[in-house]
Amino acid sequence: MKLVIINYGSGNLHSVHKAFEAVNNNLENPYEIIVTNTPFEILNADKLVLPGVGAFQDCKNAIHKIDGLFESLEQVVIGEKKAFMGICVGMQLLAEKSLEFGECEGFGWIPGEVIKIEAPADYKIPHMGWNEVTFRNHELLNNISQNTDFYFVHSYYFRTQKNENCIATTKYPNPITAAVLKENIFGTQFHPEKSHNNGKQIITNFLEWEPS
Amino acid sequence: MLKKRIIPCLDVDRGRVVKGVNFVDLIDAGDPVEQAKIYNSEGADELCFLDITASSDERETLFEVVKKTAENCFIPLTVGGGVRTIDDISRLLHHGADKVSINTAAVENIDLVAKAAKKYGSSTIVIAVDAKKNGDKSWNIFTHGGRKPTDIDALEYCIEVANLGAGEILLTSMDRDGTKIGFDNELLSNVSSSIDIPVIASGGVGNLEHFAEGVLEGGASALLAASIFHFGEYSIKDVKTYLAEQNIAVRI
Repeated sequence: MKLVIINYGSGNLHSVHKAFEAVNNNLENPYEIIVTNTPFEILNADKLVLPGVGAFQDCKNAIHKIDGLFESLEQVVIGEKKAFMGICVGMQLLAEKSLEFGECEGFGWIPGEVIKIEAPADYKIPHMGWNEVTFRNHELLNNISQNTDFYFVHSYYFRTQKNENCIATTKYPNPITAAVLKENIFGTQFHPEKSHNNGKQIITNFLEWEPS
Repeated sequence: MLKKRIIPCLDVDRGRVVKGVNFVDLIDAGDPVEQAKIYNSEGADELCFLDITASSDERETLFEVVKKTAENCFIPLTVGGGVRTIDDISRLLHHGADKVSINTAAVENIDLVAKAAKKYGSSTIVIAVDAKKNGDKSWNIFTHGGRKPTDIDALEYCIEVANLGAGEILLTSMDRDGTKIGFDNELLSNVSSSIDIPVIASGGVGNLEHFAEGVLEGGASALLAASIFHFGEYSIKDVKTYLAEQNIAVRI
């Protein structure tokens, strides 16, 4: 089984790769982990991970700059329904659009838009640090306690159009989407690769996940 | 609720941990990767490396330290010291740093802040500010590891870099660094109440009460300390337990 981590120059690629590798080494049947941006490898993936930090538009442009990258992603994720996980901006890209630095279209895989966090004046932006996450029961959140802390760094968040696509939230002080899910497509606003043991558990759950 | 972060900082010289008292008198306190692993398992919320290696041809040692740490510690890692160009930032991120802190280079070339924030995202760019009091509610910044004075006002500078896209300010009081008499909470609260981005308190922490004061009086989002942890005076857990008792939200 092949797990592809998409390399389009994202700053957290190394951390994501190392965290997945550490978890994968403890699995009974480890994946072959491939860090790549070639459509051929992506088309042969069994599971895919899209990291992302920085500005929404920069990430989207970087993906579209690589010939055939987006098209191959769309084919395996939307066409063949392979398990997919987006992290931080890699999750926000799933939205229809983002309002960061003007309007920018996303992948449109999950209905909703990426908007600025609205918080009282004494709340610092970016929302940076460890914050409690509450979630709906799902196998992707197995062995995680409610109100467990995960590491966040962001100024915008994904407001899903449908409640059913938001499976986890955090509070700052208003509710902020912490994780999204639609069929085979999963995404976290927090950084599992930086969330110590809880983050490793999320990665384990994703590696063991078989979307129906 | 968002937790106040406890960040142990390791000063690294040619791949070894040191901590200066008032930026002089360096004492060796061990291997950075081993130290980082201990802090990681003790519940540190982030780690910070400050590279103080003077000679540029010996800076390669830092990249190895960063790489090994990132392979072993799955919490955020900030690396600073000698960061001068976009290429320096890129190399550190590539080796596994999550955030890069810029000090002197940002003062000398303020455009670097905006460029770096645009290229790697605000959350990746920490601006380190070394400030020294020069009068009533007035502080000036120093560059070159605290050796070179400037006439730049610390508060105005912090507001400017925040507007240019810095994600966080690492604010060190030169007056307090190494003294163990507590953070300069007046400096902290002045900066923290003037900008929207988080401020990390640094310099002067000597006991558990000082940590709480940094949050309650200084308004800091995160608390950085070095020698107090290295020499085992207090563990990360001691600090968090104490803060929790003071009703300050921490990750236990």
